[in-house]
Order: sequence, then structure tokens, then C-alpha cells
Amino acid sequence: MQTLLTVFSKEVVDNFRDRRTLATALLMGPLLGPMLFAFVINLTIERSLSDIDSTMQLPVIGAEHAPNLIRFLESRNIEVIDGPADRATALDAVKTGVLDIVVLIPVEFGEQLHAGSPARVELISDQANTEAERDARRTRTAIRAYSQQLATLRLVGRGVSPLILQAVTIDEVDVSTPSGRAAILLGMMSYFFIFALLMGGMYLAIDSTAGERERGSLEPLLSLPVTRGQLMLGKIAAACIFMALSLMLSLWSFFIALKFMPLEQLGMTPNFGPIVVIGAFFVLAPFILVGASIMTLVASFTKSYKEAQTWLSVVLIAPTLPILIVSILNVRSQLEFMFIPSLSQHLILVDIIKNEPLNLLHIAISVTSTLTIGAILTWICARLYRREGLLG
Amino acid sequence: MIVVNDIHKSFGKVRALRGVSFDAPDGLITGLLGPNGAGKSTTLRVLYTVLKPDRGSATIDGIDVVRDGLAARHRIGALPHGAGLYPHLSARENIAYYATLCGIDKATIDDKVNSIIGLLEISDFADRRTKGFSQGQRIKVALARALVHDPQNVILDEPTNGLDVMATRSLRALILKLKDDGRCILFSSHVMQEVAALCDDICIIANGKVAIDDSADGIRERTGCDDLEDAFVAAIQTVEDD
Repeated sequence: MQTLLTVFSKEVVDNFRDRRTLATALLMGPLLGPMLFAFVINLTIERSLSDIDSTMQLPVIGAEHAPNLIRFLESRNIEVIDGPADRATALDAVKTGVLDIVVLIPVEFGEQLHAGSPARVELISDQANTEAERDARRTRTAIRAYSQQLATLRLVGRGVSPLILQAVTIDEVDVSTPSGRAAILLGMMSYFFIFALLMGGMYLAIDSTAGERERGSLEPLLSLPVTRGQLMLGKIAAACIFMALSLMLSLWSFFIALKFMPLEQLGMTPNFGPIVVIGAFFVLAPFILVGASIMTLVASFTKSYKEAQTWLSVVLIAPTLPILIVSILNVRSQLEFMFIPSLSQHLILVDIIKNEPLNLLHIAISVTSTLTIGAILTWICARLYRREGLLG
Repeated sequence: MIVVNDIHKSFGKVRALRGVSFDAPDGLITGLLGPNGAGKSTTLRVLYTVLKPDRGSATIDGIDVVRDGLAARHRIGALPHGAGLYPHLSARENIAYYATLCGIDKATIDDKVNSIIGLLEISDFADRRTKGFSQGQRIKVALARALVHDPQNVILDEPTNGLDVMATRSLRALILKLKDDGRCILFSSHVMQEVAALCDDICIIANGKVAIDDSADGIRERTGCDDLEDAFVAAIQTVEDD
């Protein structure tokens, strides 16, 4: 026990003094993830909200042929401006990107409208240009609304109920809760948490095996009157502490990042308060042992620091794969999934964020099975540390 | 006291040791001499228990290194070839880490570390982080680390490699001091002159076997060569032929 503690505290001090590594472990994973997430979400929300509110400018050719349509558009916050001189210049301007969209109202528009035959309007846009497509969609919707309005008036004028056009109507009943809707978005966060957790201990795991060997400090260490198993356990324990630290940091930094995301505007209320943060920590904590032991295990097979880094970046992705698959397939919590580390933590975390009642059996299975797998991996590590090939 | 009795060790098809036997008594310096790849390091690694022999046995103060490696390691201070330090810890912390791992109790650690720092004359840089230390400084710290638990048996694998004249001299003086304390010192080298100048007993290894094991004079006499270097070459040839 004394050996374990000595190794543990030495590794912790050593890792804390290695500033560059520490910065990567504790800043990159925990802070960059939530910040990036907040940035992307903000951008998405801003863009979708700007659609409705902002005034858009619409170049129109032949506005004088349809004064009513123009007035209708302006009532919808679409400011009509003079378009190019003729159709050919308009096509050219859109093609070269000078203008995003041009509406052309032909001379015969009024005549056709009067005669009750479909009045033609031309909408010139570049559908490959996503930015322009947003404006085009908005214009199209506005013109359709105008057409609908006219059609309704015509029916009424002929003594026919406009309801005749609506053979079937749909009433949508949405049972999702604001926190449930938030879970769709925030569910992906467990991916970040597991990633940050693993990042936190990765360098220590490399350093304690491949790093020590490369530096030549492993052989004298093994010639000391201590058992190798204890050395290994001390190193795994140190990796665990850094993983826990990194997890804690990433949870809190996400908690803070959420404050800067206007999720309410999307009808989402994330259930991610301080209590959830602490709860999430305890749900994810058993995975720390699995992460620390698997990283140490893989690193102990590699010949050099570089090789260890390469292999561990694979390990970094592996536990996040089940989460990714489940997120895409949108699978709900099931008992069988609770036996799988990383996946069970993810599903429980999603339930917490959704504000659903916690299934204690699921939590118990998740904790027990993850800890058992972690203990087995740790045991394998300690066994492997005894083999001669360790010295490389 | 180290006793090596007919140890064999193979790595795959490579037969590194093919029956090595010798004694290294207390109060004497025993030199393990041999060309590169002769099996010197492998022999020492078996002694400080990081390798297990395929056959044969070795004892440290009567303790079998295979059966009771932990007890054997208590009686050894080992300086492996190219021993590395922890660059983010100071020299003192490097030494104290080993002292704690060796089970020296907390109350006496500081005294122990201070006295070994004094003995190896490293107090000038003892509180600096070891990153950027010169080879000489590094070897001294590594040696201090290996000796901090006061081992009866000292095993040094090519300790003078990469040291300048002054550093070699001071290391030599230290080894003599350890000998005067009555310790058993076993050290390997491929430099003839060094072994001749320091060792009471020379064990020449080549091709995984002991070619000759005697004092410097004894070796000269038995090979019939006046010059020790010629004697070395002659001795090696006897085992390289088979």
C-alpha cells in the first residue's frame, strides 16, 4: 500500500509539473469541446432565427405590373428594390453571384390574373448556392401565400367554401418535453465527456509505461525491492485521478457553456444544473477505471512514446463509437445495454438530461459491470507488468 | 556476496548466456569484462532480477534471485546501463522517491538522502530539476538513487560510459570507498584499462561464456601475455572458436 501511494503521488507531481502535457490533458479535452459545441449551436440558432426577423431585399423586374403582390411582399418584411434592366442581365447577375435572387413579373401578369388563368412569375436563383436558397425559399413561401389568399377570395366570390380545398387536416400532438428536446442535442455531449475523461489520463498512461522505458527509468525502477504489481497499481491510480479531474472540469465547463447557448429559443430547456453535473460525474466515474486500465494496458505493449500515442488515439475513439451509433440510431435505454461500459453511462446520462425518472436497476448494473470490467483490466495490467518483455 | 552458478538465457534463437559462473565476494571489486554483446548486461539483469535465467541459479547474500526476487532486490543497489531520471523532479526528489520505495521510514529519509548527496558530492545541483543535466551529473544522481537504501551489493552496468576524465576519476574514487566499506561491487565494462585499474578480480565474458576469471596478474600469467590487452584478446579467442 505504501508503495502504491508513493508511486501514485510521484506520478501526480510529475504530471502536474509537465506543463505542456497538463495543458493538453486538462484544457484541450474539457474546455475545447464545450466551447466548440456552444459556438456551433449559437451559430445555428442565430442563423435560423435571423430567417424570420430580418428584412430581406428582393430585386424585382416589372414590379409595376403587380402592385398588390408587391404590397403583400412588403407586409412580410420583404423590401422590394429595382431589379436589373432585363431578363438576360438578371440571369447573368445571378449566375455570377452579383445578385442572389431576382423575381421577374411579366407584362401579361395583370391580364392573366384578371382572366383567372394562372399568372406566371419567374424566380431566378442559383439552387446550388445555399445562402441564396434561404432567400428563395422565403420568397417562394410569400408568393404561395399570396396565391393562396387570392384563390380563397375567388372561391368565396363564387359562393364556394374555401374549406373544400382542405380534404384532410393534420393536428400534430407533440409529447416531447423541453428537456427531452434538449436531450437530442445534449446527448452527444456524453461523447465529449468520455473523450475528455480519457484525454485527461492518456499522457500519464503513456508516460508510466512506454515513456519510462524510453527514458531508461523503468529498469532501475524494477530493480527496486518492490513488487511490480504495486508499481502498476500506483500508476493506474494516478491516471484515474487525472481522468476524474478532467471529467469534473469538462462537466463544469459544459455547465457554464450552456449558459451562453440560447436553447430556450429553440424550445429546449436543458436539465443540466449543478445537481445534474454532480450526478453525471458519479454516473461516469466508474468508467474512469476502465479508461485508465485500458490505456495503460495498450501503452504497455508499445515500444516507444510515439507508438503509444498512435495506439492510444485509437483507444480514445473506441469507447465513443457505441455512443455515436446509438445516437444516430436513436435507441432507448435497455437492460442489455447497461452491461456495456461507455454506452450504459451515455444512456443513463441522456435519461438524466431528459429529466426522466431514474431506473435504479439500470444504474446498479452499469456501475457494477463497468467496475468489474475495470478491475479485470487492471488485474491484466498488473499481470502483464511482470513479464520480461516489458523492458523492450 | 554474489554467486552465479551456470546461468543460461536465450532470447528466441539468440543464446545470450551459455553457462556463466563466477563469484563476487564482499569487500572486493569484481569486474565483468567483455566485448559488446558478450552477455555482460544480460548477466547483470538476471542478478537484479529483471530477467529470469532459463537454467542455472544465482544468489545474493545466499538469497536465490529467482525464488525470492523481492528479498534479493533489498540487498542490491543496481545502476542499469543508461539509467534514466525523471526530468520533472529535482535530483533530491529522484533520490527520495527511490528511498521511499525502498521502504526507508519517513523520519530518516531526509538524513539518508542528505548523506548520499554529500557522499556523491552532488549538493551543488541537488535541488535542480534533472532535465538538462550533463551525463556525469545524471550518472551520479542515478548512482545516489541506487545506493540510498545502503545495499550490501552494488551492481553497476558500464557506469563510466560517456563520462569525461574528471567524472570517471571521481566515480572510481567512490567505488573504492564502497569497497572499503566492505561491500560487494560488481561492475561491467568493455574498457580494458578501467577494469585493470580498479578491479581485484576480473571475469572476462565472451559469446555468453566465461573465458577466464582471475586477478589481472593471474590473467597475464595464464594467457602468457604481458600486455593485458593481448591477454584479453587471447582469452576471448578461446571461447569464440567453439
